[in-house]
Amino acid sequence: MHSDNYEIGTFRVKRGLADMLRGGVIMDVVNAEEAKIAEDAGATAVMALERVPADIRRDGGVARMSDPVMIEDIQKTVTIPVMAKARIGHFAEAQILQSLGVDYVDESEVLTPADEAHHIDKWAFTVPFVCGATNLGEALRRISEGACMIRSKGEAGTGNIVEAVRHLRSILGDIRKITQADAAELFEWAKRLQAPLGLVQEIAQTGKLPVPMFCAGGIATPADASLVMQLGAEAVFVGSGIFKSEDPAPRARAIVEATTHFRDAAAVANASRGLGEAMPGLEISTLEVKLAERGW
Amino acid sequence: MLTSLGTKSVAVRTPDDLAGIDAIILPGGESTTISMLLESSKVFDPLKQMIDEGLPVLGTCAGMILLANEVSDGRADQKSFAAIDISVRRNSFGRQIASFESDLKVKGLTNSFRAVFIRAPGVEKVGDSVEILATVDTHGQTEVPVLCKSGPILVSSFHPELTADSRIHQIFLSLIK
Repeated sequence: MHSDNYEIGTFRVKRGLADMLRGGVIMDVVNAEEAKIAEDAGATAVMALERVPADIRRDGGVARMSDPVMIEDIQKTVTIPVMAKARIGHFAEAQILQSLGVDYVDESEVLTPADEAHHIDKWAFTVPFVCGATNLGEALRRISEGACMIRSKGEAGTGNIVEAVRHLRSILGDIRKITQADAAELFEWAKRLQAPLGLVQEIAQTGKLPVPMFCAGGIATPADASLVMQLGAEAVFVGSGIFKSEDPAPRARAIVEATTHFRDAAAVANASRGLGEAMPGLEISTLEVKLAERGW
Repeated sequence: MLTSLGTKSVAVRTPDDLAGIDAIILPGGESTTISMLLESSKVFDPLKQMIDEGLPVLGTCAGMILLANEVSDGRADQKSFAAIDISVRRNSFGRQIASFESDLKVKGLTNSFRAVFIRAPGVEKVGDSVEILATVDTHGQTEVPVLCKSGPILVSSFHPELTADSRIHQIFLSLIK
């Protein structure tokens, strides 16, 4: 027996969890032990994956969905939401993740794409999806496919914030311009962005994306978290930045504090004290593979 | 929503932000994270004192967990304001794929209220001082209390902030003297 008009998997229910994660930090973890450290540090969710992006970058080869055993181990260990990644276009991996009961699926460019033209039809799922975007057109295409959360892609596994900043500024800058456009100009915006007109018109009205926008790819320090939050991100994903640093637990905690008090420089300074070495960073121009270029 | 009801609101991040408030909303989110940040930002103790002295509070989802006298599967180090005599279980309706929306009959409201439940907590026990304003039937459980009131404390398992309907917020504003 259910109460009247009971429904699961509605857009409101799916985006609702993204709303609840606003202001928080979602951390990449590769085993239950790391998941526990993340939860203890105040993560609002964990992303379960086999290798963090820095290792995927180093090892090369095809990166795939994680082993269900590892995901289930993490689900048993923590009470916060557990997310997991599927390859772009690999709807069978997404179906498996849904059957495991993961709380969010990340259709992620960090894994090797399975389809060079099509992303997953995310409307067909009960589980909500997050997708990456480098610009507003890409974000709106993902939303039109059913994504309930967007994360700016940045360049995962580099510890270099420059790409995340570029993508955030591109998405939010175009949103600001659209709010100044007249009705006729919105048609041209839709064409230029290769995005549905209805979503462009909605942005002109509301001045924001129809789903929460978080930031990922390159966050390594409390100051990085404060920077992207001040630029307009609503929460942060930290991948390699925590568990590839010298002392993960205090750094995880510090990034949570800096994300909460992102406008309070004294608090961010306090969080930044004595954290040891951050993850080693990579210059973007030296990269052989740019993960952000995956996805269409 | 609060602005549309003619109420002024501030975001509380530090103890100084508590000065001059007439009521507080503890919103949804992860209760483990919120509990930790309440402690590290030194908001917990002064806020606990204000609640004990009668500050009206609306707690939704994670906020309900923070206000409950008892959390049946919380973390050992999770802080609670113990402001309402209920016992709650976190993620009581299951994982995100079991999250749902449903129409509720709410005591005092003529028409039903569309309520959105996200990895919601469930109320397992209710003390004599608590009035149950709405219940839900789902996931094999019947008449689970999801909206409860005790003095100036109002708690919901669902998220009235995720729908445009302001009637739950109006009930809360009516509790502020």
